[in-house]
Amino acid sequence: MAAEATPALAEDSGGPRASGPRATGPRATGRRAGRVGSGYPRYVAGKVGGAVVSLLAVLVTSFFLFRLIPGDPVKFMTGGRQVSAEQLAAYRQEFGLDLPLWKQFTNYCGQALTGGLGTSYQFRAPVIDKITEALPNTLLLTGTAFVLYTLLGVWLGARAAWRGGGPGDRFNTGLALTLYSIPSFWLGLLLIIVFAVGMGPIPGLFPTGGMESGGQEGFAYAVDVAHHLVLPVVTLVAVEYGQTLLVTRSALLDEMGGDYLTTARAKGLRDDLVRRRHAVPNAMLPTVTLIFVNLGRTVAGVILVETVFSWPGLGGLFYQALSVPDLPLVQGLFFVFAAAVIVMNTLADLVYPLLDPRVGR
Amino acid sequence: MTTQTPETDAPVPAPSPSPRALARQRRRDTAVRFWRQYRTHRAGLAGLAALGFFALLALTAPLTVGPDVQSVTDAPGRPLERPSAAFPFGTDRFGRGVLGLVVWGARVSLLVGLLAAVLSVAIGAVVGITAGHFRGWYATVMMRITDWFLVMPTLVLAIALATVMSRSLGTVVLAIGVTSWPTTARLVRAQTLAVESRPYIERATALGGGHWHIMSRHVLPNVMPLVLAQTTLMISSAILAEATLAFLGLGDPTTVSWGGLLQDAREAGAVSSGHWWYLVPPGIAIAVVALAFTLCGRAVESVLNPKLGVAR
Repeated sequence: MAAEATPALAEDSGGPRASGPRATGPRATGRRAGRVGSGYPRYVAGKVGGAVVSLLAVLVTSFFLFRLIPGDPVKFMTGGRQVSAEQLAAYRQEFGLDLPLWKQFTNYCGQALTGGLGTSYQFRAPVIDKITEALPNTLLLTGTAFVLYTLLGVWLGARAAWRGGGPGDRFNTGLALTLYSIPSFWLGLLLIIVFAVGMGPIPGLFPTGGMESGGQEGFAYAVDVAHHLVLPVVTLVAVEYGQTLLVTRSALLDEMGGDYLTTARAKGLRDDLVRRRHAVPNAMLPTVTLIFVNLGRTVAGVILVETVFSWPGLGGLFYQALSVPDLPLVQGLFFVFAAAVIVMNTLADLVYPLLDPRVGR
Repeated sequence: MTTQTPETDAPVPAPSPSPRALARQRRRDTAVRFWRQYRTHRAGLAGLAALGFFALLALTAPLTVGPDVQSVTDAPGRPLERPSAAFPFGTDRFGRGVLGLVVWGARVSLLVGLLAAVLSVAIGAVVGITAGHFRGWYATVMMRITDWFLVMPTLVLAIALATVMSRSLGTVVLAIGVTSWPTTARLVRAQTLAVESRPYIERATALGGGHWHIMSRHVLPNVMPLVLAQTTLMISSAILAEATLAFLGLGDPTTVSWGGLLQDAREAGAVSSGHWWYLVPPGIAIAVVALAFTLCGRAVESVLNPKLGVAR
């Protein structure tokens, strides 16, 4: 029965307009006839199982995809310097590139299962160390931006829909669409020129990049990091909040005609309360899924924003690794990015039935 | 059956107009009705106007600026000049006029955006229609693949593909197209399922219509409006993706595109030295074109599906 409910949910996560055929009459009865109690655990097991399969698929893909790069990886490593044949052979042996492909693959899988992702060519350090080093920085940046743009998007989206068609709605939707069309890296560069380098009467208010000025501790360090955080976070929020706004807006517009809103108003509730307590919670259902699904887009934004602001996180590392190209590092980061999105999507799937009891039972 | 004159606006007292002429008449009526409703969307019209302008710019670029504009040798100005009468947007790091480069770059950016979007929507439509038409294991497998692509961070996958292939425009088109189709596939499949549950499909099957006949003659025309709207929206994200790939240095190094100009600007240190005129024009061009396609796509969508409640 959980297996029957799954396609209906998956259908919905396809996009704001994907209205897939839901389980109809006979199926629904069949579901009700089953044991109601085992619904959620089985649903969870199905979703988690699917996520594990996806993760394994990503693992395999990231191995074979990057083997397709033409040329000898050892040549990239030496960066065009004159190197003797023995030295090349030694490099090959060091990174296990002299083994046949299937042997490399089993080694890679073995490593991955024990938590290793190989050795970076350019840093001569385990990939997993580089990733754990950069991960907190990325989480700080993404987390701050994520919370801010979600709150901003939901708040503005709800307001826009409530006054649907009015000047406020038109302005907010227009602004969101415009910011949504702006390349994030370009916005970042402009912000650096105006607010970090300084332009005309505006002095350089913020640092041009990096995460800290160095030499500070305790509270001063936190303030310094926050100071460095402002411009990257503003860039990410500006580019990303539009999507949340539009989704919240259309979800709320769908709810606007609901009879329960008339009831709430008839009870004599203030307009504000009707919106906050009755309409928005219902509109949040599709929004929650899409907020998580949009994290995929945020990953892309993070790569660019970190590159532009030289933020020492995963995205910046990915850019550095690409320009070499440092295969094990690119491969490892590709896996981390994809895994983050898969985990987030699974979380959304797991949270969804808790918010909406009609799903997944 | 020779009355195939397309100009039969007034009901001509022909004994029996051929089915082909009837179909043509019906299609023209639909187009007129569509345009009449589209015209009421002011944002959509603004988007269309902006697109017309940029399309004209791109098509006439060989006459106005000429292909010489991108040659690095004997550039007309000195490197990194400020905006002046001779160079309205200043010059780049080789002394080429930024205005001319932006005009010339429109060709690559628009072409890549269009091709990538068409490729992506084509894949999505084929997968969606077939997965909706053939049920069973085929649909299951296709939808699994779609789901897998859907959870992948699109840009990361596109970057990975662009890294492993040679640097050319074809690579960029392929990388964007191959990674961005799953949303379309899902939408098209949902629509296909809805269409196929209607009685006239059953009638077609009963009259002996095969798979190909049903998919091409009955499902496709019903899915087409959705596909059209999706293509328009997809072009906007394809143009952004192209700019992103070019900015990351994964574009075709031999041609000038908007994203490539931004990368040049960044490498030339335009940011730290405050050379804003080098950065602003290509970025605005990207944003305006992407926004224009989004506005058109939303207007088309809301004409086709008035329930969406898109602001006019």
